[in-house]
Amino acid sequence: MKPGSLMAPEKAHLTLDVNGERIEVMFARHKTLLEVLREDLRLTGTKHGCELGECGTCAVLVDGQPVLSCLVLGLACAGKSIRTVEGMADAELHPLQRAFADLGAAQCGYCTPGFLLTAEALLKQNPKPTCREIEEALSGNLCRCTGYLKIYEAVELAAAWMRGEQAEPRDEVLYGRR
Amino acid sequence: MAGDERYGRTDGQTGGSSISLSDRPTVHPSNRGEGLRVVGQPLRKVDAVSKVIGATKFADDLMLPRMLYCKLLRSPHPHATILRVDTSRAAALAGVKAVLTGRDLPIPFGILPVSQDEHALAPDRVRFIGDPVAAIAAITEEIATEALDLIDVEYEPLPAVTSPIAALEDTDTPIHDYGDRGNLHKLINLEFGDVGEGFARADHIREDILFYEGSTHLAMEQHAALAEWSPGGKLTLWSSTQTPHYVHRALAQVLELPPSRIRVIATPNGGGFGGKSDPFSHEIVVAKLAMKTGRPVKCTLTREEVFYCHRGRHPTLIWTRTGVTKDGRITAMHVRTLLDGGGYGSYGVASTYYTGALQTVTYQIERYKFQGARAFTNKAPCGPKRGHGTPQPRFALEVQMDKLAHDIGLDPAELRLRHLVPPGSVTANYLQIGSMGLGACIDKVTAGADWKERYGKLPLGRGIGLACSSYISGAGLPIYWNNMPHSGVQLRCDRGGGVTVLCGSTDIGQGSDSILAHIVAEVLGLTLEDIAVVTADTDLTPVDLGSYASRVTLMSGNAALQAAERARDIIARHAAAKLDVPTERVVFADRRVFDASDPENGMPFADAVQTAEAVEGTIGTVGSYTPPMSPGRYRGHGVGPSPAYSYSAAVVEVEVDPETGIITVPRIWIAHDVGRCINPVTVMGQVEGSVYMGLGEALMEEMPHRSNVKNAHKNPSMLEYKSPTTLEMCDVVTYLIEDPDPNGPFGAKEVGQGPLLPVPPAVANAVYDAVGVRVDEVPVTPEKILRALKDKARGKEGRYGPMSFPDIHWPAPTVVPPPWEGGDGRAVTDIRHQGGRRKVSHPERQH
Repeated sequence: MKPGSLMAPEKAHLTLDVNGERIEVMFARHKTLLEVLREDLRLTGTKHGCELGECGTCAVLVDGQPVLSCLVLGLACAGKSIRTVEGMADAELHPLQRAFADLGAAQCGYCTPGFLLTAEALLKQNPKPTCREIEEALSGNLCRCTGYLKIYEAVELAAAWMRGEQAEPRDEVLYGRR
Repeated sequence: MAGDERYGRTDGQTGGSSISLSDRPTVHPSNRGEGLRVVGQPLRKVDAVSKVIGATKFADDLMLPRMLYCKLLRSPHPHATILRVDTSRAAALAGVKAVLTGRDLPIPFGILPVSQDEHALAPDRVRFIGDPVAAIAAITEEIATEALDLIDVEYEPLPAVTSPIAALEDTDTPIHDYGDRGNLHKLINLEFGDVGEGFARADHIREDILFYEGSTHLAMEQHAALAEWSPGGKLTLWSSTQTPHYVHRALAQVLELPPSRIRVIATPNGGGFGGKSDPFSHEIVVAKLAMKTGRPVKCTLTREEVFYCHRGRHPTLIWTRTGVTKDGRITAMHVRTLLDGGGYGSYGVASTYYTGALQTVTYQIERYKFQGARAFTNKAPCGPKRGHGTPQPRFALEVQMDKLAHDIGLDPAELRLRHLVPPGSVTANYLQIGSMGLGACIDKVTAGADWKERYGKLPLGRGIGLACSSYISGAGLPIYWNNMPHSGVQLRCDRGGGVTVLCGSTDIGQGSDSILAHIVAEVLGLTLEDIAVVTADTDLTPVDLGSYASRVTLMSGNAALQAAERARDIIARHAAAKLDVPTERVVFADRRVFDASDPENGMPFADAVQTAEAVEGTIGTVGSYTPPMSPGRYRGHGVGPSPAYSYSAAVVEVEVDPETGIITVPRIWIAHDVGRCINPVTVMGQVEGSVYMGLGEALMEEMPHRSNVKNAHKNPSMLEYKSPTTLEMCDVVTYLIEDPDPNGPFGAKEVGQGPLLPVPPAVANAVYDAVGVRVDEVPVTPEKILRALKDKARGKEGRYGPMSFPDIHWPAPTVVPPPWEGGDGRAVTDIRHQGGRRKVSHPERQH
């Protein structure tokens, strides 16, 4: 890129569908979806851990599929439906958010949005996943705090709630084995 | 009134070192059923909702109007003199607002007073690939990045030191102009009793040499800092730091501003693990750039830059010699460590002491000698990572215990159980033990893993291994030695019944904000929702030294406890008058204040606050915490003492393919003595997270440098730096042991670091049980297992690991007789040097 072009890079002007709302946005054409979400739309719930597609932290849903927003151009998302963590809760928490909060599946909380959205996509496809299926679905998301265990438990608990079951965390999950 | 009087602190500042344990319980009390209402409950963390909705503002989420973006130019050389820096072309680029070089920030800094060896930008010398040299502030990140290419730096390369072994050689161009000798930053030689005589009394002695590779924290959040300068003369820095108090100090020092003109706000850390505990170049640089431009300036490190900031686990070579009697009693232990420190001091002096400090707190050791050395090398600087300096020697100790058990024909669990350090005792190196739940931990994990039936009896390729550990609940001494509290809390009661707690502590995901709320809610009979927590803001909150050394629950928790008890006492006095009952009968529970004998006779908490406020004025209190004095009085006693020690035991199950060496870990049983769970689900999270990180270090995490290619970091990306994904993580069975410590708030001890420690040695011990070979090195990779198997197939020892420990010219030892040999905690070295009192030196004293 020429030096001068950085001062006034060619900008795209388009309408994006973000969390069910059509939002007009203008941004430099080279920007990734991650950058457009965070910098131009100020939706900072989407985080970044490497910006190289290696950690899964920036995952969002594009047309219902988990996508690493650091690897997708904002331009490529025209006409597609984008879902970020900000779109998950209304006045009430999404069951996944509730379970993550209840079980301490969010420790530092930095990887949490990516995990929540990836898990949401899984549960839409597979409302009753086995633990192995949860592990595989989440294998592209790194978490350094939890060892993933509370995350699995939270996804299972939320899945039960979303199926309409009266589920509660197991005693061992909250207090350890007696 | 407040929960359990036996274990809660009842006095103000804890003073003195003597601990009365006469009323220690013989059974471990449950955290429920003793009248506690909030402490012990698995409640949502106070910040849980904002985290799951993506509303928590991490440092890089902050954006201010007219904000500039900062990028750092970093050295491409591992060791070089800077001859010239020309920033004129960069400064001329449209959109660039300011450029800095080392000349703009000449004052050095560093986390430890004894290692003020860093500059925000290197003025004349670079010491590792990635050392910052110059900085740009520009209107976009792209322009700032492009401007870096326009800075011309002329370097004269110097010989690079590639390893601590190489650092032992004499040199004309040492990496630093300070330190104990040449490129040796620190040399330690401590002797607690005559180990030569102790070894002479042993029935069996063994020597082992082990290596623990370096690894990094890999917090998911990259470091970021945002600075704002007001022309009125006030600087504000938001930063993802674990230690806002020390960043505050460093900024005042380097920028030559009065501390009152600087406000440091630690944003919630997106993971820390020790990696955000130093003051960093980018924090000082954005502050200077904001002062220079009058505009807010933000710097967010790339993932590659985070690898260069590092401050992670020191690669450490350990030599250890231990003598035992037939029943496994340790008559003497002698440990030598050699740490690869990288290019700067960081916490390294403390790290080095920690490689020799905590061997003594698990099993009784009659005589103990420790010699430690930290070398400067031209690599990313090492520092404190979860467990700070203790996982390496713990790996050596626990592997050696396993070998000793085999040598003398004892079960490894039995060997350990026979010689546990007694609660309330003082160790050979003068560490005061409080509660000690290791025996219960061992019992739990061995029962869970069916140890007696399975150890040594599983088919080839499957095995189980045991290891134990201990960790401090905060350091007994502050980084800057002084007599002030380590943690302070202010507390304010609102007329509406809410309570605000202010504390300098920093939530790095471990839940420290929630701990404050739990403790205050418990004492004042409220719920977590009634408590507002304000933390980590040097303008608003009293000093807490930071989120390191597992100190926050115990120290800020005790400060919060004291503040809450003082508020309770004020409110109780006035409520008692109004209720017409003696003050001692007033109880705080369920948001009410009432007569214990007649619960109907009471009032809402808010009314009680108003009653008190009408007489006293605004109801506000303070609390603070200073750790008890350590019984040690020798030079070097400052690292190791803690108000309380946590204990952990782990059994690891492994499957090893004898053909390929491929190792998998299906399950780990872990028990952790946390004293008391303030919030059990948070404790569970810390235990599981520690096990995870220990497993990563045990199996795969390493950050070698290419000694043949300019000492370049070999894997500075998340793809190349292997860490466990969901597919590598094992099942974990967790047991929480509660052996309340008299010094902990409600008896609580640490949990964030200790449970990492037993995992790597338990993996190595399990590999031996599975395939009969020893990998005396972390990480335990398939390649190393295979080489050990081949070694065994050739009729040799069946071992992979380091073969030698270099000769190091150690300084004369500091000799301290243990408590049971008449020692009073002081060194007698001077007496020995005056001649005659001690025997002639024995072989161990030569080096």
